[in-house]
Amino acid sequence: MTTASDISESVREGSATATETIKSALSAIAKRDKDLGAFVFVCEDHALKQADRIDGMAADDKRRLPLAGVPIALKDNICTDFAPTTCASKILDNFNPPYSAHVTKKLIEAGAIVIGKTNLDEFAMGSSTENSAKCITRNPWDRGRVPGGSSGGSAVSVAAGMTPIALGSDTGGSIRQPASLTGVVGLKPTYGRVSRYGLVAFGSSLDQIGPFARTVEDAALLLGVIAGSDSRDSTCISTDVADYLGSLSDSIAGKKIGIAREYFGEGLVDGTRKQVESSLEKLRELGAETVEIDLPLTKYGIACYYLIATAEASSNLARYDGVHYGHRSKNVGDIVEMYSASRVEGFGPEVKRRIMLGTYALSSGYYDAYYLRAMKVRTLLRRDLEKAFEKVDVICSPVTPDTAFKIGEKSSDPLAMYLADVYTITANLAGIPAISVPCGFDDAGLPVGLQIMGPAFSEATLLNVAHQYQINTNHHKKMPV
Amino acid sequence: MANPLSESDVRHIATLGRLQLSNDEIAMMTEELSAIVGYVDQLNEVDVEGVVPTAHAVDVQNVFRDDVVRDSIGSDKALANAPERDKTFFKVPKVLDQDTV
Repeated sequence: MTTASDISESVREGSATATETIKSALSAIAKRDKDLGAFVFVCEDHALKQADRIDGMAADDKRRLPLAGVPIALKDNICTDFAPTTCASKILDNFNPPYSAHVTKKLIEAGAIVIGKTNLDEFAMGSSTENSAKCITRNPWDRGRVPGGSSGGSAVSVAAGMTPIALGSDTGGSIRQPASLTGVVGLKPTYGRVSRYGLVAFGSSLDQIGPFARTVEDAALLLGVIAGSDSRDSTCISTDVADYLGSLSDSIAGKKIGIAREYFGEGLVDGTRKQVESSLEKLRELGAETVEIDLPLTKYGIACYYLIATAEASSNLARYDGVHYGHRSKNVGDIVEMYSASRVEGFGPEVKRRIMLGTYALSSGYYDAYYLRAMKVRTLLRRDLEKAFEKVDVICSPVTPDTAFKIGEKSSDPLAMYLADVYTITANLAGIPAISVPCGFDDAGLPVGLQIMGPAFSEATLLNVAHQYQINTNHHKKMPV
Repeated sequence: MANPLSESDVRHIATLGRLQLSNDEIAMMTEELSAIVGYVDQLNEVDVEGVVPTAHAVDVQNVFRDDVVRDSIGSDKALANAPERDKTFFKVPKVLDQDTV
């Protein structure tokens, strides 16, 4: 599998054309995606036109493109003004955004070529990509299993070698968990590092867009392109974007890695534990020092998250009312009936469940007991981490308690599905960055991921540690058949 | 243990959330939400006395922008996805009852 940095270099130097690259990616999708279901829309015309534009550029202009001719897949909750954006929901079935997301524009400016939109759990709500009104996405390592979610399609596009890189969004683990379950790199940046303009909102204080790649180097390259301030997202931070590629080769000798026993307790299966522990051994061999830390509030993260995320979602999803865009019910009398009928017909079961929970948490008489209390617990969870980062540079843990589960295995028990997010949601609640890097395979041959979390704006450190681990191991070189 | 939520609670929430749920959905949602609410009740174990709530994990400050007129997307683009339109308007079913007009 060719990396994004190799493709880009060949196109910049003229030893390959963008058109050839795009044609080969399109044929890979045509061949492999039939039984994987990663893509909900392939933008062939747009991609070929963009390729032609890049091939027609003057050599000097082409040389300035960090992602020249690189095919990329976007999760279908990232707006594109040249392709539909559906959030894998019936309510946005025929929605063509009037504008492109900030990240979409940044990618095009950098020479990347959006080749398609990928499947997700409807409105990014889920951990398996099964809650999609579009299709089932299968894990390329075992087609009877889920790829994780909610950015399952983007993870599979990269894992199966259809595109070298992809973008997803992460509200409670939706980049890191599918990256872990499909054996690729996935990074959730610091809240505010990447503009959310044009990302369809789910939990506005938690959502972040981030990269998928096979190599940490490609993830660093892609993050460098999409990070930075944007006046259209007032929560986007203007702090300078670090040189993510420049620090990859630094030594990690002396780096302090925090290990919290709360992330290695009950529920973590042996196959995953074994691989994560051997990756920690490898990091020690590379000179890092592991330090035991306490994160005693970890277990309250899920309850805290599912109140805050659903409260924000219930408010964000109020905009789908059948008036301005999206599905409108045919069975309507007055306007309130039109809202209620359009919404019940357009949303799937998990989205309805979360709107209901969030509405309840915000409703009169329950606001203090649920939403307000959850926001206070969030403060304590943050403080726990801040205290830990006074002693350590990064915190390492598993990404998920188990490897990929079978399609349908958990769909009848929503709470069981939520509980599996225990290791990833804290980073969203605290706003800090976290990366998932492949760290081996369990006995069934399913990928396992190592999570590395760091303080706000420490992406360069996370990428450095992950890269040093990756270039000294071979897990990322194995491809699914 | 009795469910923390009754069917009539769930019907009320559905009205607030503008979701016209069927009777079957109400019954199922009562079970599922009760299980989830039962689980999140564990937050009561945490001492939050005097703790300031976090709405945003990264400190956000008010951002001003210059007060200048800029191009907007225009009504055609804005209306392009409308389920129903009439000239430059979004068209909706009647908002007021005949009696109240």
